[in-house]
Amino acid sequence: MTEQATTSDGQFGRTEVKTTTCYMCACRCGIRVHVRNGEIRYIEGNPDHPLNKGVICAKGAAGIMKQYSPARLTRPLRRKANAERGENAFEPISWDEALDMLGERLAHIRATDPRKFAIFTGRDQMQALTGLFAKQYGTPNYAAHGGFCSVNMAAGMIYTIGGSFWEFGGPDLDRAKLFVMIGTAEDHHSNPMKIALSKFKRGGGRFIAINPVRTGYAAIADEWVPIRPGTDGALILALIHEIIERGLFDREFLVRYSNAAELVNMDKDSDEYGLFVRDPDVPVRPDTFETPDRLWWDLKKDRPVVSRTPGSVGRLMGEYALPGGMPVKPAFQLLKDRVRQYTPDWAEGITGIPAATIRRLAHEMGVTARDQKIELPIAWTDAWGEEHETLTGNPVAFHAMRGLAAHSNGFHTIRALGILMSILGTIDRPGGFRHKAPFPRPIPPCHKPPKGPHAIRPDSPLEGSPLGWPAEPEDLAVDENGEPLRIDKGFSWEYPLSVHGLMHNVITNAWRGDPYPIDTLLLFMSNMAWNSTMNTVEVRKMLTDRNEDGEYKIPFIVVADAFESETVAFADLVLPDTTYLERHDVMSILDRPISEFDGPVDSVRVPVMPPKGECRPFQDVVIELATRLKLPAFVTKEGERKYRDYPDFIVNFETEPGSGIGFLAGWRGASGEKFMVGEPNPSQWEMYARNNNHFHYELPRSYQYMRNWNKGYLTWAQSHRMVRYTDPINIHIYSEVLQKFRLAAEGKWKGRQPPAHMAERVRTFFDPLPFYYAPLEWHAVDPIAYPLSAITQRPMAMYHSWDSQNAWLRQIHTHNVLFVHPSVGAANNFGDGAWIWVESPWGKVRCQARFSESVEPGTVWTWNAIGKAKGAWGLDGDANESKRGFLLNHLITEELPGLLSGRRVSNSDPVTGQAAWFDVRVRITPCAEGEPEESWPQFAGLPEVPGQTGFRGRIRAFFAGRKG
Amino acid sequence: MRPAFSVLFLTTLIGIGQGLLVALSVGQWIETIGWAPVDPNGNFIAYGAVVAVVFLGLGLFASFFHLANPQRAWRAATRWRTSWLSREVLLLPVVMGLGLVYALIQYFNVQPALVTFANGESVTLGLVVGTVAALAALLLFVVTGMIYACVKFIREWASAWTVINFMIMGLASGSAVAAICANLEGGVLARFYLFAALVLTVVALATRSYQIWLNSRLALKSTLKTAIGQHHQQIRQISQGFMGSSFNNKEFSAPGGRDAVRGTTVAFLFFAFLLPAALMIVALGHGGLVVLASAAAIQYLGLLVERWAFFAQGQHVQNLYYQGKA
Amino acid sequence: MFGKKQTPAKKQLALVIDLNVCVGCHACVTSCKEWNTSGSAGPLPDENPYGADPKGVFFNRVQTFECGTYPNTETVHFPKSCLHCEDPPCVPVCPTGASYKREEDGIVLVDYDKCIGCKYCSWSCPYGAREFDEVQGVMKKCTLCVDRIYDTSLDPKLRKPACVLACPTSARIFGDIKDPQSEASIAIAENSGFQLMPEWGTNPANHYLPRRKTRITLHEDELVRADNPLKVEGEPPKVPLTSPTIDDASNW
Ligand SMILES: Nc1nc2c(c(=O)[nH]1)N[C@H]1C(S)=C(S)[C@@H](COP(=O)(O)OP(=O)(O)OC[C@H]3O[C@@H](n4cnc5c(=O)[nH]c(N)nc54)[C@H](O)[C@@H]3O)O[C@H]1N2
Ligand SMILES: Nc1nc2c(c(=O)[nH]1)N[C@H]1C(S)=C(S)[C@@H](COP(=O)(O)OP(=O)(O)OC[C@H]3O[C@@H](n4cnc5c(=O)[nH]c(N)nc54)[C@H](O)[C@@H]3O)O[C@H]1N2
Ligand code: SF4
Ligand code: SF4
Ligand code: SF4
Ligand code: SF4
Ligand code: SF4
Ligand SMILES: [Mo]
Repeated sequence: MTEQATTSDGQFGRTEVKTTTCYMCACRCGIRVHVRNGEIRYIEGNPDHPLNKGVICAKGAAGIMKQYSPARLTRPLRRKANAERGENAFEPISWDEALDMLGERLAHIRATDPRKFAIFTGRDQMQALTGLFAKQYGTPNYAAHGGFCSVNMAAGMIYTIGGSFWEFGGPDLDRAKLFVMIGTAEDHHSNPMKIALSKFKRGGGRFIAINPVRTGYAAIADEWVPIRPGTDGALILALIHEIIERGLFDREFLVRYSNAAELVNMDKDSDEYGLFVRDPDVPVRPDTFETPDRLWWDLKKDRPVVSRTPGSVGRLMGEYALPGGMPVKPAFQLLKDRVRQYTPDWAEGITGIPAATIRRLAHEMGVTARDQKIELPIAWTDAWGEEHETLTGNPVAFHAMRGLAAHSNGFHTIRALGILMSILGTIDRPGGFRHKAPFPRPIPPCHKPPKGPHAIRPDSPLEGSPLGWPAEPEDLAVDENGEPLRIDKGFSWEYPLSVHGLMHNVITNAWRGDPYPIDTLLLFMSNMAWNSTMNTVEVRKMLTDRNEDGEYKIPFIVVADAFESETVAFADLVLPDTTYLERHDVMSILDRPISEFDGPVDSVRVPVMPPKGECRPFQDVVIELATRLKLPAFVTKEGERKYRDYPDFIVNFETEPGSGIGFLAGWRGASGEKFMVGEPNPSQWEMYARNNNHFHYELPRSYQYMRNWNKGYLTWAQSHRMVRYTDPINIHIYSEVLQKFRLAAEGKWKGRQPPAHMAERVRTFFDPLPFYYAPLEWHAVDPIAYPLSAITQRPMAMYHSWDSQNAWLRQIHTHNVLFVHPSVGAANNFGDGAWIWVESPWGKVRCQARFSESVEPGTVWTWNAIGKAKGAWGLDGDANESKRGFLLNHLITEELPGLLSGRRVSNSDPVTGQAAWFDVRVRITPCAEGEPEESWPQFAGLPEVPGQTGFRGRIRAFFAGRKG
Repeated sequence: MRPAFSVLFLTTLIGIGQGLLVALSVGQWIETIGWAPVDPNGNFIAYGAVVAVVFLGLGLFASFFHLANPQRAWRAATRWRTSWLSREVLLLPVVMGLGLVYALIQYFNVQPALVTFANGESVTLGLVVGTVAALAALLLFVVTGMIYACVKFIREWASAWTVINFMIMGLASGSAVAAICANLEGGVLARFYLFAALVLTVVALATRSYQIWLNSRLALKSTLKTAIGQHHQQIRQISQGFMGSSFNNKEFSAPGGRDAVRGTTVAFLFFAFLLPAALMIVALGHGGLVVLASAAAIQYLGLLVERWAFFAQGQHVQNLYYQGKA
Repeated sequence: MFGKKQTPAKKQLALVIDLNVCVGCHACVTSCKEWNTSGSAGPLPDENPYGADPKGVFFNRVQTFECGTYPNTETVHFPKSCLHCEDPPCVPVCPTGASYKREEDGIVLVDYDKCIGCKYCSWSCPYGAREFDEVQGVMKKCTLCVDRIYDTSLDPKLRKPACVLACPTSARIFGDIKDPQSEASIAIAENSGFQLMPEWGTNPANHYLPRRKTRITLHEDELVRADNPLKVEGEPPKVPLTSPTIDDASNW
């Protein structure tokens, strides 16, 4: 023992400092890892990293305890021959055995019916590689977390403004004056958001939080606007109503940069009803994704002209007839007509927010946007060649995430938000919403899903990509009968724009063999038997259910995980992965990089610790399997191995031979002199490592804003192969894409049309303008019997299910309770701290209630994924997580009955397939006298598996680099 | 507060030792000034002092269990200028030493007369040493009591009554043991001690009850408002920052909470005071050693319960921050 | 009693915590833990690390309070570590002198070599800032990262407490509150920084900054402007008044 004041850290041993990238969450901050005598002494934020600028979060700083988790898997495992799935009975095998077993199986499937191999990955960051693998393998059955995560956000915004919140863009809090945060708890932009919020508040900005719950970020808001879950669409449409009524919108912005002034065919009998009218004389250009042939009504000349004709100004309002007599309306007029019904008084009844508050919010937004304009002395040229001396910004910024997205009406709500942001004139302008490379993309982005059965052939790569962006019915992944090609029914008529797939339906569909049975399901970094599945109890049964012949309904399950999660127990084969401190990773522009507003940034992770036991980076495993399967991208023409391992692949892989495009954009070219495009550079890794593990290209100032319409930027992006076209990306106030699907449902579309039983659904939900409807589940549930909305939130100090193994973090959230307003207790006869039953029509849980004044009284909520199955994650059988903690997922159904001509459909947004986690409605009853104070359901305990690290002592007194 | 058993034993055992020393010295004075005949066999005080030292020693022994690092206990004597605890650590051995010297002097009867009174009795060395030991013992009551009474963040303790009660209860239990010793040694003071024990027990009942009553009316000096500096009418803790447990939960709360305090309070009022007092009255009448001994033993157990309740009743200000919510 | 008040330090290092921006993320909690558990203040043991009711030593905790009632609720995240009181009641009571306040910078520390683990100091802290290490048997608490802030082997920018460097919202300001020019002193002075439980006279060195609110005041006039785009569209903005006019009541 030593006196603290005089002891310097050096006295305890020599520490080495290595930099890499954190992966305690998806935010991907730069970290400096101090290693003392082979153990991790300290993890701090890297001050030279653009994302976190030296700060770190609770999870990041607790990374040490993840490295020393008792739940580490260290050996490949095979389910014991006589053991049942779910029992966690495994025997260790060698990697050779594991790869032989899997390789042979996959080779056979690929040669027969590649669809029968499905690969789904959770909240990972290597979709560029896993997606490539799936495509090369030839299966359409690939997706990551997007579908159950926030695809509504991605699709709703990208189909509207060509970019989105999530990792693709965000609020410019450096310059905003008013910031409105809707339905966000912690998000992927964890540290940067906190840095920005604090700067914003200290700079005198006004911060409004719209959320049923006041915690975290909302806690420090200047105003908290509590809202009933699932009703934001009503609020936003009412805001739009008020802003239009008062003339608080940015007319010039809308006319020039959106399709608001463009004329829509209003001839009900026309097959092109609801599509934009086009000038047939404008030649269709093959080099563009959108020929500029639409019309607007010129204000001065009072006649239709091709929109944006120099010297003309379009009208936003009115009704007109084209010379041939066709009735037309500017898209904006249609929006105005649409929101006429959505008055603040109407919204009050739905959202619970007083109409006066809604009006005031609209006024604050409109007046701030208009009167606090920012002018930056930055000259730029727009896509039509007009030069601008300055850059204007309307400093009202928004941020929204799953509070909007995770509802079955989320797509339209988010479209409405995109429109609200657009009419305020805040898109990619200072103080508003800013894109992050590779966004903005064309609306919709170019790659498309497999368009028919022909796209899937034995022993061949998939035609199209497993995931893509449909622009019209022809882009759907359906067969001749309109039935789904994908196991999750993604891109089918049920969820046409399910651009991230529907991972949450994979197990149920595969179990039922609907649309077809599969053979092998590979789950990577996903806890699908627990927190990323709905209806968890039943889904766990499906994983162990057998056919009459005794074979499991899902014959073979492979789990690639680093820890002993609940899902591992259901595997037939377990592939132990390394941790983030033990491997190479890339955060690629081809996936979701960590770009900043000012330009693209990609980054890498480099090992700072040796792999534990026999752990092997999953990326290496993918490359190995791909090589064994001789997938074209991974072998030479002669079928020889092309890449030694993942680091080698990263350096040398090019999307096409000689394309110069690889996973990493920085330091390309033989000696690292090029970026974005360039031949492979053998020392690329070293150059990244030397540059704090990231490559940041700062665009010239004049390219940093208005990128949808910025000629300089678009040209730059094209020449650096970020986009195919240089066309402006005009905002879709009115969505023609949606209207095309509606026309198909109405039988007016020339091409594909939905099966009859699906037509009404498609017609209803493919409305080219946003509309409000109550979440689908509410139609199936008696609102009086189930009066409360139940939602979850991310705790800042926990990442999904995977931090209960962390000795430090689990002390902060040892179990979870259900937070309820005291009036709920009063109405249902229970007190603060009581044990209660929470029931939805789909299931029930027993848990403990806590009273809170910071929750909307019709809402109950809990921290997400704190509850654990007994014995999982290296925790003792009596750990609080399993004894007192609970999972809300037991109450949430993955399918809604009877919505579609009596058939079951996914409990998802009908446009995007986004999992509707937050639609569930519940009722609460107090537990009876004498019931155990223990959460329910409980699950049979899981024994440790061979090779699991474990921890035996009663006390952990961690001191890095000191034995004992 | 969480009652630590080592401290329960420490304070009650040394209380007996101190009370016994005081009783012995008082007895000797009474004899000296002639209010009572001098003890014929003279060893009663010597044996009594040894018993006192044993009690003090047992207390000291118990206290070591309270220290996580007893090997450094000597250091605890260094801060007597500021720390009542340090003062106790210094004074306790002094009292023990004095008691031991007292015993030796009495046993070997090394009694040079320092002053001789008219009745022929003298102020002997033993009388002086005994008096010093008694005064030191009384001081030790103050010091021990002050350890608790000066913790201003525990309002139940932060009162002169803590010191007074420690003293009276110690004297009562010490007197009871003195009565036993006198009885065993055939001392002439047995009935006096018994009577003194009875009176002190009754007084202790009164003063201790008074403190309980006072404590039931304590005004809070700190509130959540001052604790977190927020000016709201209604403030509630939602999370204490962790959900498992911590030192601040364990050390500053009593097992069983308020109910346990209420129960033990009733119990100790009966077992530390009422029942022993009744038995002492019986003993006064019949003089049976068995009755006397059971009175003392029951009182001791009662005082252990009393001490438990004393600690458990302490509500620390810091608990405002640790309300154990989710 | 006999304890003399400490002469106020000439320099008093402290944390100033801005409740206006603290989002309750707990970064300060775990960064403190990781720095200190493997440093001169460590280890900071955890009991039952993977079992029931885990109990660990942390120098810093982030608590949450709710003030007011729905819908006027304020959720306050409240980080708390040792406040390094200028008149620390925990120091004079320590029988061994293990607890002490440094003359040179006012940091209150525990010398583990002297501590006997009597826990008496913890009773004399009204803030619940001290935590006992059952393994080493000594009292532990926030050291203000005294082993970082003077470590000359560190880059000067990094000579700050771990929690301060970690805090994503920079809600934790570190500095000498006796130096009126320090960022900490200025923050206290300009934002009405306050102390916890001033009623005990402990004079905590750590201060807290209160919530501050930004509001927008709008005038009706601002909603109807000459350049209102509705005028361009030929739809003059409507008079917003829907309430009755004098016409309904006039009788002249
Ligand atoms: N009720 C409810 N449920 C939800 C949500 C909700 O809000 N409410 N949110 C949903 C959302 S948005 C998401 S994204 C999902 C997340 O759901 P998942 O992605 O399934 O959840 P995680 O808990 O992150 O589990 C991922 C798995 O990755 C493993 N893992 C961690 N690090 C590594 C590694 O380095 N390598 C490998 N191979 N494995 C690793 C973990 O051990 C764990 O088993 O949850 C969804 N579920
Ligand atoms: N610390 C931490 N950070 C994470 C994660 C994590 O697990 N832990 N997960 C990462 C992942 S995968 C994701 S997808 C993101 C998600 O980041 P967020 O989108 O912030 O995710 P949630 O925690 O689901 O937050 C949903 C918020 O919406 C609110 N809400 C629910 N329903 C409604 C509604 O109808 N209207 C409104 N206005 N609000 C509503 C909830 O109260 C909650 O505050 O976070 C990422 N970052
Ligand atoms: S925000 Fe995420 S990536 Fe950044 S330090 Fe925290 S856990 Fe790591
Ligand atoms: S906060 Fe407590 S431990 Fe720290 S100096 Fe003040 S009284 Fe002592
Ligand atoms: S526990 Fe240690 S520091 Fe505290 S008072 Fe006792 S000796 Fe002093
Ligand atoms: S100053 Fe250092 S010891 Fe104190 S709370 Fe911060 S990190 Fe912990
Ligand atoms: S790190 Fe900063 S923002 Fe996070 S809880 Fe601590 S003080 Fe608050
Ligand atoms: Mo997610």
